[in-house]
Amino acid sequence: MPVVLDADRISRSLTRIAHEILERNRGVDELALVGIRTRGVPLARRLAAIIRDVGRHEVPTGALDITLYRDDLMRTAVGAQPVIRKTEIPFSIDDKRILLVDDVLYTGRTIRAALDALIEFGRPKAIQLVVLVDRGHRELPIKADYVGKNIPTSLSQSVQVHLIEIDGRDEVEIQES
Amino acid sequence: MKKDLLSIDDLTTDEIHLVLDTAEAMREIGQRPIKKVPTLRGKTIVNLFYEPSTRTRTSFEIAEKRLSADTLNIAVATSSVLKGETLADTALNIEAMAPDMIVVRHASSGAGHLLSRICRSRVINAGDGMHEHPTQALLDAFTIREHKQRIAGLKVTIVGDLLHSRVLRSNVLLLTRLGADVCVSGPPTFVPAGIERFGVRVSPRVDEAVAGADVIMMLRIQQERLHGAFIPSLREYFTTFGMTAARVALAKPDVIIMHPGPMNRGVEIASEVADGPYSVILEQVANGVAVRMAVLYLLAGGTEAD
Repeated sequence: MPVVLDADRISRSLTRIAHEILERNRGVDELALVGIRTRGVPLARRLAAIIRDVGRHEVPTGALDITLYRDDLMRTAVGAQPVIRKTEIPFSIDDKRILLVDDVLYTGRTIRAALDALIEFGRPKAIQLVVLVDRGHRELPIKADYVGKNIPTSLSQSVQVHLIEIDGRDEVEIQES
Repeated sequence: MKKDLLSIDDLTTDEIHLVLDTAEAMREIGQRPIKKVPTLRGKTIVNLFYEPSTRTRTSFEIAEKRLSADTLNIAVATSSVLKGETLADTALNIEAMAPDMIVVRHASSGAGHLLSRICRSRVINAGDGMHEHPTQALLDAFTIREHKQRIAGLKVTIVGDLLHSRVLRSNVLLLTRLGADVCVSGPPTFVPAGIERFGVRVSPRVDEAVAGADVIMMLRIQQERLHGAFIPSLREYFTTFGMTAARVALAKPDVIIMHPGPMNRGVEIASEVADGPYSVILEQVANGVAVRMAVLYLLAGGTEAD
């Protein structure tokens, strides 16, 4: 399985993204990070840590589970329901600039669900999208504002993101299925 | 998951944990400014209640609405049942309108099973006679787990009318499965023969049953089901089995007091206990919505057979 990003590259990408975020958003007071479960959450926490070091500012960070908003949930009555985990957004998102964080951007359907979910929590001033990997093949008109790495893939491949917090190692690899 | 939830025995131990974990996530939805998710949009759920109910029916209805299902309440007082329609006929007629789920409460044990056999819709038992009330047991387990972080190894004492109680039966099945030490107590007329076979201990003296308990669960004296001389008088029952502050003091210092409602104050439980610091009775009601959301969500998926 070819490794396309190792621990060092992941960490550099996140540092660069954190700098881009600070550059593009004047007034860090309005910023808040929301990670999409599962792997968007540790990525959001890491970005918050870098922004704390570089920008000397504590950005509130939350976790969003989008399962209940999925568009494929009740379409096929086959097999068990996906497991739901907790959404934890312990701050008001009203008038905030929300940085929505996920590991891989693919069809865009997860992000569509996340936007629907997020908007029910309030009316943010803006929502920007941060992804570690953009693998192409969009099915919806969605584009990331900050990308760690663009990785062209074929539909038969799958992109696996491993993070220390969840998988014990930092690595992005491509699998042939 | 099986097609229907009629009994705790329809769930595997893993599925019980899945329901409780899912309920944990569902509870957060109730704390949002907009308490609604689009998950069951386009699903129709019929609440068919043949017995009076405030808590359970309201709880199911709120759970259904928070998941965006279309809900329909059939209260028997305003339905064709009064014109002599049988349960099976009512069910077939409702079924003909193609709902996705039917939540049923009925005074006869096995009513849910009857519906389950004749309906393609998924059936949730919201209490059938003296048989089972699975969602109540699940919300009780959820409440216990929240306070004690576990269920295995806890001493759970259940006191009251064991004979007529569907809440007891579902709770015994669930709590023993999860490894709790369940002790029951009540007047001999209320102790079903052979209850020990369910893996519970019977303690005729309530003080003994309550001693060292982590959880005390009180059952209602169901005056609508007492057709005979089960107890000499309500006052005597309170003296012998009622949960008073003095009895609560025999349990562990961090005991929690539960009651499925509706309470008979001064019959099975003293007001000072029901409203006291150990009582989690209103938390049970609040948790009921989250647990029912979890059950509705999980049942709406595919079945093992698919």
